[in-house]
Amino acid sequence: MQIDFTHKQSAHCENGVVSNLMRHNGFEVSEPMVFGIGSGLLFSYLPFIKVNYAPVFTYRAMPGFVFNRFAKRVGVKVKREKFSDPKKAKARLDENLAKDNPVGLQVGVYNLIYFPDEYRFHFNAHNMVVYGKEGDDYLISDPVMADVTTLTDKQLEKVRFAKGAFAPKGHMYYPISFPEKLELKSAIVKGIKHTCRDMVAPAPIVGVRAMRWVAKNIKSWPKKLGAKKANHYLGQIVRMQEEIGTGGGGFRYIYAAFLQEASEVLENESLKDFSKEMTQIGDSWRDFALEASRIYKNRNGEAVGYESISNQLNEIANREEAFFKALRKAV
Amino acid sequence: MKKKEVPQDKSQLQKANIKDMVYAVDENGNYVTELSTGWEPKTIALDNAMKEIEERVEDARQRVLNNETSPIEYYMELHKMDLPILASYVGLWQWKVKRHFKPSVFKKLSTKILQKYADVFEIGIDELQHIKNS
Repeated sequence: MQIDFTHKQSAHCENGVVSNLMRHNGFEVSEPMVFGIGSGLLFSYLPFIKVNYAPVFTYRAMPGFVFNRFAKRVGVKVKREKFSDPKKAKARLDENLAKDNPVGLQVGVYNLIYFPDEYRFHFNAHNMVVYGKEGDDYLISDPVMADVTTLTDKQLEKVRFAKGAFAPKGHMYYPISFPEKLELKSAIVKGIKHTCRDMVAPAPIVGVRAMRWVAKNIKSWPKKLGAKKANHYLGQIVRMQEEIGTGGGGFRYIYAAFLQEASEVLENESLKDFSKEMTQIGDSWRDFALEASRIYKNRNGEAVGYESISNQLNEIANREEAFFKALRKAV
Repeated sequence: MKKKEVPQDKSQLQKANIKDMVYAVDENGNYVTELSTGWEPKTIALDNAMKEIEERVEDARQRVLNNETSPIEYYMELHKMDLPILASYVGLWQWKVKRHFKPSVFKKLSTKILQKYADVFEIGIDELQHIKNS
């Protein structure tokens, strides 16, 4: 049993799943479009939650948010199901496949056998599409992979019922109803406004304020934590920035690609300039990562350079603040 | 980032035959996608994270051999888990799991509880009780 499904690699998993599922249902929407309309861009700092013994930094919206926002803004309805019983989760999946309906799944990465060991952490917010079944093997379209792959019954159950933070609980989702034509224009404007609002929000844990908070904390790390731990924390910032499939300041570039595409749809020339500026901001994030890597390269070494990297992050925060304030007025 | 600047460094992605997809600008200023084999700053960060875990595993192993902790902590580290993650996998309170790190408590654990841990780590009870010496 195999559904005729076109797999297309994407930079990031959730955008990719949405884009691929939309294409399957006859709507061609690019990955950047999904990301932009779904307001996927973000910065957030959660110092009180530790993952791998370091605080959480994230450059994007919470898992699931992108699809929900995207769907609401373009008029698509999404069905979501979670399960406590793996048997029921499997039965519902099989039911959908029998009806030729490919579904999105939230899964844990740790037991994804086709990932390299270095990526297999207890991170539970990965997304993939299941588009068929052959014997005991499920046919998998993982958006960060070049090609489709398979997982056995057992392997799939394991990743669907991974435990820990953001446990997927068999989470399965798929679109169930579509408008006649996607209303992109208003959706784009809503998406942009939302991102602008988040990025300059008066809360310390999101947006540019969160960047400034990190910048401030970075300075105190070497003294407070010692060189080794400080370098470990710094590595975590870069690992989160360079999540699998988002190499090189990834999310900023995806957003810049979105603004470029949006400028065509909205016939708004000024968005092209915003796209260029966002590309440069993405470049600054890359420089930041490069500079950080020079520090943590020698993980037991001296903690030097923290002052300058903190300033670098503050500069990015200033640029993003000016950027999103101006962008809000441009749409 | 320009398309021709997309990094093509060595990385762990290669051995798994994965390439990162990246958005970059072509010579006409248009956004296109390009594949990347890896980027050194990211590779270093990932390598360091792995070394960090290896050290934690080795440290736990030594403490098991010195009878300072139980093999449960060793296997927890080996599976890149921390206390909250392990507790949620075995379905016990964190403080209970932490108690099971005590060698004296561990020795008296029932087969039922031991089996729970063994299942999570995908090993037999015997292997759970006796970690390899090297």
